[in-house]
Amino acid sequence: MTLLAIKNLSKRFSSGGRRVAAVDDVSLTLEPGETLGLVGASGSGKSTLARILMRLLPADAGSIRFEDEDWLALSGADLRRRRARMQMVFQDVLGAFNPRATVASVLDDPLRIHAIVPKAERPKEIAALLDRVGLPASYADRSIREVSGGQRQRIAIARAIATKPSLIVLDEAVSALDVSIRGKILELLVELQEERGISYLFVSHDLAVLRAVSHRIAVMDAGRLTETGPMRQVIENPQSPAAMALIHAVPRLVTEPTEGPYRDV
Amino acid sequence: MNRLCEIRDLSVTYRGQAVPALDRIELDIVTGERLAIIGESGSGKSTLARGIAGLLPPGIRLSGEMRWSSGQAPAPGRDLGFVFQDPSASLNPVLTIGEQVAEGARRHLGLSWKEAHAHALRMLERVHIPQPGKVMNAFPHQLSGGQRQRVAIAAALAAKPGILIADEATSALDMVVQAQIVSLLDELVREAGMTLIFITHDIALASGFADRVAIFKDGRLVETGPTGAVLASPREAYTKTLIASHRDLTTPPLIREAGL
Repeated sequence: MTLLAIKNLSKRFSSGGRRVAAVDDVSLTLEPGETLGLVGASGSGKSTLARILMRLLPADAGSIRFEDEDWLALSGADLRRRRARMQMVFQDVLGAFNPRATVASVLDDPLRIHAIVPKAERPKEIAALLDRVGLPASYADRSIREVSGGQRQRIAIARAIATKPSLIVLDEAVSALDVSIRGKILELLVELQEERGISYLFVSHDLAVLRAVSHRIAVMDAGRLTETGPMRQVIENPQSPAAMALIHAVPRLVTEPTEGPYRDV
Repeated sequence: MNRLCEIRDLSVTYRGQAVPALDRIELDIVTGERLAIIGESGSGKSTLARGIAGLLPPGIRLSGEMRWSSGQAPAPGRDLGFVFQDPSASLNPVLTIGEQVAEGARRHLGLSWKEAHAHALRMLERVHIPQPGKVMNAFPHQLSGGQRQRVAIAAALAAKPGILIADEATSALDMVVQAQIVSLLDELVREAGMTLIFITHDIALASGFADRVAIFKDGRLVETGPTGAVLASPREAYTKTLIASHRDLTTPPLIREAGL
């Protein structure tokens, strides 16, 4: 059964007296356990789409079915309860946390709000979550500001999986990390998916990152979905100019002692 | 090989820090080269960029030397242009684009405001801003991130400096715009025969157009050499790790693919 079906979704913003279509008649689906890489340049509408999906922004038109429910019709307590099933990990992790929080309180919140485990069992559950994302249980007492960027992103992932979601929206979730740490976080995400059958909507401008983790790739340009297909098909045989530009822009490691690609531009 | 600057035993420690941000750095900068300074967060690469530009904050502890072949440090803005990562933070939000690009030319080239404006317009054309006449009267917030970075480059080059430092100048941009800005920097530096110091965390980006690379980690210079030689046969374990961590469109995916 399809986990997520977005149909004819549109969102317009007013900018300098003009109406700009940030998301223009976008339809896409996501299956359980699948990763859809959503790629596009700045301003292509990919983050607006993610924000509408997270119910952080209202849509102007279109529908979203998630776990066989009309996701856009949910409100109040129903929406809050159902949010446990759809979580998000942002690029700027420090901005997504209360700066005075400890690691334990960051993980305790979702467990308490969504009543995942009884109060007495929460410390054990927090330790298990930390262990699952590769951090020692002793990190629970640390301030969120004390830990490194990569560790903070692990904690954000632990928070996202705490409520046992079926879908996690990853918005440029590894873009701010050093390359050596980036690979480890991507490996963790793939492991969690294989283990728990979580689906990911992975939003990024970096096709090299999306290629590592995506089963399918959707390309956005100027608010529209220009191309969707299996990962290899989109990267090896792109059809739209937007996809071609994104592929061309990925820096290649030049290891031959010859002149670089930018020399002949 | 004409040395522009000899950095010798340079150490920098920020106020209140026990560990130096730069630790006994030995590095030559060659006139007219494109030198890429590569490192991850905390490697000291931005401290080095600011040190070369004379932009380190007061209160730091500094030892060692930077010997400039001209006998004196280059004046920021006149002899040396600096492009930062975030163009919205380096441009003044209440001045028009024209005023900001003209300012450097007026101050350092001794032009009148009228001449400086004409010069600014030519600079915007050189960085390939569409409708440069219109952009002259625009404010930074009216431009996209990529266009703002083009303006920042135009402003950095307005006084015709011999050295350009680009500190993660493309990191906040999306990949398509990043490729365009790198290609623009390459073109401008070649046209003017400038020395380019390109600070980046992205070894692949540097591998495409730098003559020489210097790899930094935890405030130390790990390895330096011609780009092709370092990339093809890195001597140090850390350089090998950086190269191995790079992902592009030929790296095997992490997921299991159906039907393969």
